[in-house]
Amino acid sequence: MKKYIAFFRMRFAMGLQYRAAALGGLVCQFFWGAMAILAFQAFYESDPGAFPMEFHALSSYIWLQQALLIMITFNGMDNEFLNVIQNGNVAYELCRPVSLYPMWYARTAASRVSAGGLRCGPTLLVALLIPAPFGLMPPPSLSTFLWFLLSLALAVGVVAAMTMIVLMITFHTISPRGVRLIAIGVTDFFAGAIIPLPFFPQGIRQVMELLPFSAIQNVPLRIYTGDICGPELGYHMLLQVFWLAALIALGKLLEWKELKNVVIQGG
Amino acid sequence: MRLYLKYFLIHLKSVMQYKGSFFATVTGSFFTSFSVFLGVFFMFQRFHTVAGFSYEEVLLCYGIMLMGFSIAQMFASGFKVFDSMIANGEFDRILCRPRNEIFQVLAFRIDFVRIGMLLQGMVMLVYGLLSCQVDWNFPRVLTVVFMVAGGMTLFSALFLLEGAIAFFTLQGLEFMNVFTYGAIEHGKYPIGIYGRGMLLFCTFCIPYALVQYYPLLYLLGRADEWWNIFLPLAACLFVLPCWVVWRIGVRHYKSTGS
Repeated sequence: MKKYIAFFRMRFAMGLQYRAAALGGLVCQFFWGAMAILAFQAFYESDPGAFPMEFHALSSYIWLQQALLIMITFNGMDNEFLNVIQNGNVAYELCRPVSLYPMWYARTAASRVSAGGLRCGPTLLVALLIPAPFGLMPPPSLSTFLWFLLSLALAVGVVAAMTMIVLMITFHTISPRGVRLIAIGVTDFFAGAIIPLPFFPQGIRQVMELLPFSAIQNVPLRIYTGDICGPELGYHMLLQVFWLAALIALGKLLEWKELKNVVIQGG
Repeated sequence: MRLYLKYFLIHLKSVMQYKGSFFATVTGSFFTSFSVFLGVFFMFQRFHTVAGFSYEEVLLCYGIMLMGFSIAQMFASGFKVFDSMIANGEFDRILCRPRNEIFQVLAFRIDFVRIGMLLQGMVMLVYGLLSCQVDWNFPRVLTVVFMVAGGMTLFSALFLLEGAIAFFTLQGLEFMNVFTYGAIEHGKYPIGIYGRGMLLFCTFCIPYALVQYYPLLYLLGRADEWWNIFLPLAACLFVLPCWVVWRIGVRHYKSTGS
């Protein structure tokens, strides 16, 4: 366990190096969030009655989503391991006397937490200063906030587990681009990154909430806005824990199958 | 042009070497924009109109933007990897050859997988055109053609600018993505819905509104002035400042020495 924590710490420190990239990312997130909120506002003005959540809650949802982009979207996946698989350097990784899955898992999670943690602060601060319906609202209560943090941690765990599955598939397909693009499209849609899940019609929405993708964004962000509370909160977080375990198990299974006959590319 | 055709065939042959991977990536490219489309679909299930635009009209708008964007992405993608071309010394080789640099960068990479997105844009365009009850006449057909061409030119110019900036920073700049990916993501709705400030910015700073909003109004019969047809061509002037930045960049270019 100790060595995996060391891998986590190493990758974390490395991620903190890229401050200029982080600054560019901030500008990006800020524009993106503002445009998304403006679009929702246009819809809100067309028909306020059909809006499924408070407008302020929606703004908070979007700001949090933008601030935590790297932690809780598939897009935040870094290409390091994909390249390693493609150019054959995975041989070195396999030579190490540690098992592959936990080592990569720790590093994936660490790069998300460090890059995401570095970037979320300023965005959240600015978003908090924006006036009422368009800015980020402070969490309704301390306990809500703590539940949000716990749920966010689970979300990062689930994303990292999904990333591992994509990596294991890449062992099979070698070229990562297609798998990656499909994974991004699918996760964004089902996680509530394109439009939040409450905007979907009844029926479709219930199904989507059961899927593992919901554990990435839908659950933590809606816990923060107070949308998910009470007994529902326990139910959604249990689902998160369940998916975390299930996805890790699936990833391990794939690892075991793929590593039996891995082909090293190039030299 | 003949040389470009030759490059084109070489790139085509090289992607066809890995057919499985190619089609997987095309599917992936399709999925990324398809999920955005589904988002629009479900929003309209709930709201029916946005700022006076119907679902069909928004699809028409998004289809046109997607087509322009995906064509630009397919052919101008050399500029997207331009920072790595500087870093690994590829650009030094380009300067040694007796051909225009922009031509060579364009020919360096042709990203065929964007065809997934292009097809989707076409389908949406056709669906939008059929269901919008546009009163067809020659100027309106011309408008659609100009909008696609203008969008393509505008996005190519932005890619050129992104490449040109890499001369000074030696690294790709993430914030440029706001103007390319951000524009296609948020340009799915007519720009007018984002409010007056945004519309002014998109008219005079980076002329997205000239290829999208104003001609769209003309197409839908909401604006009658004839000059709306030619606004996409005016947007093409945006290439000039981008080209100037590129020239300055080339003039000041110092090899990174690798």
